[in-house]
Amino acid sequence: MTSFRSALAPIGNGWNEITDWFGRQPRAVRILAGAVVVLFFYSLPLLRPPLLTTNQIDFGGVMFQVAAFALVALGLNIVIGYAGLLDLGYVGFYATGAYTTGVLTSHHGSWPFFLALPVAIVVTMITGVILGAPTLRVRGDYLAIVTLGFGEIIRICVKNIEWLGASAGIKDIPHPNSIGPAPKPPFDPGGLFEIPRVVWNGVVPSLDREHPTHFLIFGATDATPYYWLLLTALILVVIGDRLVKASKVGRAWEATREDEDAAELMGVHTFKYKLMAFALGAGIGGLSGSFYASGQGGYISPDSFPLLLSMLFVAAVIVGGSGNRWGAMAGGALVAYLPERFREFADYRLLVFGLALTTLAVFRPEGLLPPRRTRRAKAVLAEIDALEEGDVEEEGTHV
Amino acid sequence: MTGFTKKARFASVAGVAALALTAACGSSDDGGSDSSSKGSSSGTSALCGKNIAFLGALTGDAGALGQNMVNGINLAIKEHNEKNADCKVNLKTFDSQGSPDKAPALATQIINDDSIFGLVGPGFSGESLATGKTFFEAGLPSISPSATNVTITQQGWTTWHRVIGNDDAQGQADASYLTGTGGAKKVFVVDDGQDYSKGLAGTVKKALGPALADSDQISVGQTDMSAVVTKVKASGADAVFYGGYYTEAGLLAKALRQGGFAGTFMSGDGSEDPNFVKVAGAKGANGAVLSAPAGPAPADFGATGLYATQAYDSANIFLAAVDAGKSKPEDINKFINDYNADGVSGPIAFDDKGDIKESKIYAYFVKDGALDVENPQAIQ
Amino acid sequence: MDLGALFGSFDNFASFTVGGLVFGAIYALIALGYTMVYGVLQLINFAHSEVFMFGTFAVAWIFVLLHGTSDVSWSLGKALPILLVAFVAAMIVSALVALLLERVAYRPLIQKNAPKLIALISAIGASFALSEAMGLRDRFAGWFGLDHKLSNYVSPGAARDVYSNPVSIQPHKLFEIGGYAVSDVDIVIIVAALLMMFALDQFVRRTRFGRGIRAVAQDPESASLMGVNSTRVVQVTFLIGGLMAGAAATLYMMKIGSTRQNAGFILGVKAFTAAVMGGIGNLRGALLGGLLLGIMENWGAAVFGSEWRDVVAFVLLVLILLVRPSGLLGEALGKARA
Repeated sequence: MTSFRSALAPIGNGWNEITDWFGRQPRAVRILAGAVVVLFFYSLPLLRPPLLTTNQIDFGGVMFQVAAFALVALGLNIVIGYAGLLDLGYVGFYATGAYTTGVLTSHHGSWPFFLALPVAIVVTMITGVILGAPTLRVRGDYLAIVTLGFGEIIRICVKNIEWLGASAGIKDIPHPNSIGPAPKPPFDPGGLFEIPRVVWNGVVPSLDREHPTHFLIFGATDATPYYWLLLTALILVVIGDRLVKASKVGRAWEATREDEDAAELMGVHTFKYKLMAFALGAGIGGLSGSFYASGQGGYISPDSFPLLLSMLFVAAVIVGGSGNRWGAMAGGALVAYLPERFREFADYRLLVFGLALTTLAVFRPEGLLPPRRTRRAKAVLAEIDALEEGDVEEEGTHV
Repeated sequence: MTGFTKKARFASVAGVAALALTAACGSSDDGGSDSSSKGSSSGTSALCGKNIAFLGALTGDAGALGQNMVNGINLAIKEHNEKNADCKVNLKTFDSQGSPDKAPALATQIINDDSIFGLVGPGFSGESLATGKTFFEAGLPSISPSATNVTITQQGWTTWHRVIGNDDAQGQADASYLTGTGGAKKVFVVDDGQDYSKGLAGTVKKALGPALADSDQISVGQTDMSAVVTKVKASGADAVFYGGYYTEAGLLAKALRQGGFAGTFMSGDGSEDPNFVKVAGAKGANGAVLSAPAGPAPADFGATGLYATQAYDSANIFLAAVDAGKSKPEDINKFINDYNADGVSGPIAFDDKGDIKESKIYAYFVKDGALDVENPQAIQ
Repeated sequence: MDLGALFGSFDNFASFTVGGLVFGAIYALIALGYTMVYGVLQLINFAHSEVFMFGTFAVAWIFVLLHGTSDVSWSLGKALPILLVAFVAAMIVSALVALLLERVAYRPLIQKNAPKLIALISAIGASFALSEAMGLRDRFAGWFGLDHKLSNYVSPGAARDVYSNPVSIQPHKLFEIGGYAVSDVDIVIIVAALLMMFALDQFVRRTRFGRGIRAVAQDPESASLMGVNSTRVVQVTFLIGGLMAGAAATLYMMKIGSTRQNAGFILGVKAFTAAVMGGIGNLRGALLGGLLLGIMENWGAAVFGSEWRDVVAFVLLVLILLVRPSGLLGEALGKARA
């Protein structure tokens, strides 16, 4: 049992070493290393590395889901990890973003996607404020059940309101605008140029020109361009997240989370900051939902937003490391990726997932990649322990 | 039948066997890029040695239904391969768990696999709507054994077909059965809020016209039916139609009978399952009428379960195209459009939208505490 | 408020209310599991719904074991002997699952003093695993070559499908309120639920163990300083929650008669809502919350249509929490006077 825990420890430690090393490097090296990592992620669906690539389901499509979940986890991390608010109804915001996009671009309008996207974010943020204003006054654990209720209310509403497509959902949601000559199916796929993908025969790579990705066509036959778009959004949100976290707002969140009463006494308007976290988190959920709606399938229905998805989102954030944006994203990515990679397990997937959640919670309560604060706190605790032991010993020798 | 639901019938040893087969298919030859094998096979058609794909739920709550379909397809392929030893065709299965969210990535995998020349599926309407464009743009012909949503064939996807009547056909037949043979004056209509259920119940409501007493909507997983029973009794209805699946249908029938309702209880193909009787109990289920757009399978038919016959027929159309020496997707699609023959589920020919031309609706009855699957009555 | 206009007639109103009371009683019994654990540990026992679900299967299994698989309808009197055995079996099975849950998913975390959120994740994981384990019971049996020997219990190939009690209990109408035929089954459910609640309330108020539970709920540290074995108290708390869930499962199967591996989920969410409504940690609050939720759901279904019943329930919850932030009766497991 302990060996299992020690087996997990290197993940966190290794990550610490990487980030520490990264922080020590000169600016140029940091930019270069960052660029290489970013480029690697962009090229993943074309490289299709063996072992990593899913073999029964399109890897590009899986990477799209992975990026969508990472984005959702990043948003929920603001609510849970930064502000310490347990939101069990986050899927409601995901649905709000998706439905706003669906309504504007297809069901009741014909807006282009990139015009609908900001509106979807704003609408979701407003929803967050409307839901947050009354519920955030409710304390701690009660918030969990209240948000869970709101998630369900949103789902039941879209299911029963004809204007929102009701249970039939919204279909034919247009794709984002393509760049380059438009495709004329079935013979002319369009696009500025073609990018071949790599196929692997064991460890020997070769180029596959039969199934290229057309730059940059958002069509129904290739998920890779959607993944690139979503990855771009993810990177922008990460940058935004860094800025906010490092600002006065980020410090106010931290103070609120650690001790709400003390923060209030120190002049932090905690309610305002909690509401802000709620709205920002909601906005990112809406952003992700909006991309999901205009994705390859272009179809959404109320069944895509079950209560269970909220639980998965929360699990992703906590397993990854609540409070650490990289941890949360890794958690989101894993929750989306692992079941698709191991499709061989078929029926046993959820069972294994449940067991893994409990095992991780029991053996690594701080998550895979805990935030620095936890590490700092741990170091301080260790120091205190050491001091106390030292005291006892000294007393012992004197007496 | 559509939507993300649970339906499992007759799935027994056969289901387990099919699963083992699924795993074998999934891990074998992933095909991605072997374009070299094109046209080089020894048989009469260029499609010999290639694959038919199945896309639908094989695991999860609706998994048993997909297993039924795979059993039907496997039967058709086995018969074909025994007759044509020099031109074998195989099956590759893709498990969507019935979810429209997972279906597009699976569809992309299918269209990028050059060894696949036709698709039996998608199983449900949600995943059909989410993948229709993908298959259409890639030019892959498909035949669904079970997706019944009316709007799918209105999208202009010329490669999309189904061998089952849509919800409109069944709803109208059900309404005319209730007011005609059933002799009902006032009908109370209930559904479970899912797309399939609402579509079916909606058509029934429209077709009933003034004979509609009132309607209500429960939700999937709901077990307390007391409010609906009170409403039915207050409305004075002498028949209840339920659009939805057998679990809630059974609970509703049980609660109605226990609450003293004596009129006719009718539901659609989602409830046409022996489990309906188990859930409702013998007393609750007796006298219930369950309709389905499928006649009973021939006595010697080698696969069991709802949609097995339709899946068998769908696969046979592709196999007939192989035997006819078709190889290009356009030719296969034209072959399907012109197809006209009798399948085990009834006569099969498609109209210009891809809907089946002639679809018979049958009423099945619960008698003496059991669902009589052998002696249905054709409606209309 | 003109009840006639809202509900059609006063008869209907009464009928909706009685129907809601029956289910409310079942909610209340399940809610006890949430409320006890929360009162003692301040943790949301998310996996409690699975404790209940295992109980429902235990009931059906006992009927298959003692009666067989032929589908019959029996009166309550005829089914009573087997029902009593099933009642005991369900309580034992649910209690065992609850104890397992405490040992595997909670105790290691409590000992480490881990954050509450982690306990929630641990419970969510356990909930998935338990529910899936039930849905895969045919496979597990197959590993030992028992799936055909036990096929009546594990339904090979259809383990995820609905699983019914072969004996459907035919209620006998005692009297009628409005259009609703109040039956012996309904009366038994309500009376049994009230009796169980009363017994538990007395147990917590009057016994030594009850005092221990209240002590730990008030102040775990002082309690352990005073010699209360807090691990034991937590165990007993889970045990009691499990027993009550087993009782609820029996009553539920009397009325509904069929279950499946995810049957606990929706009921669990409802019962948790009921617990919060009444004041989580408060035994009498669980009763009040359960009954209130059952009634409000049916009223909501009557006035707005059944599709809105869950919305009505949740909106009511939010309104109650806004007016009374700790539920109708407040959190009070520790404050109950002996």
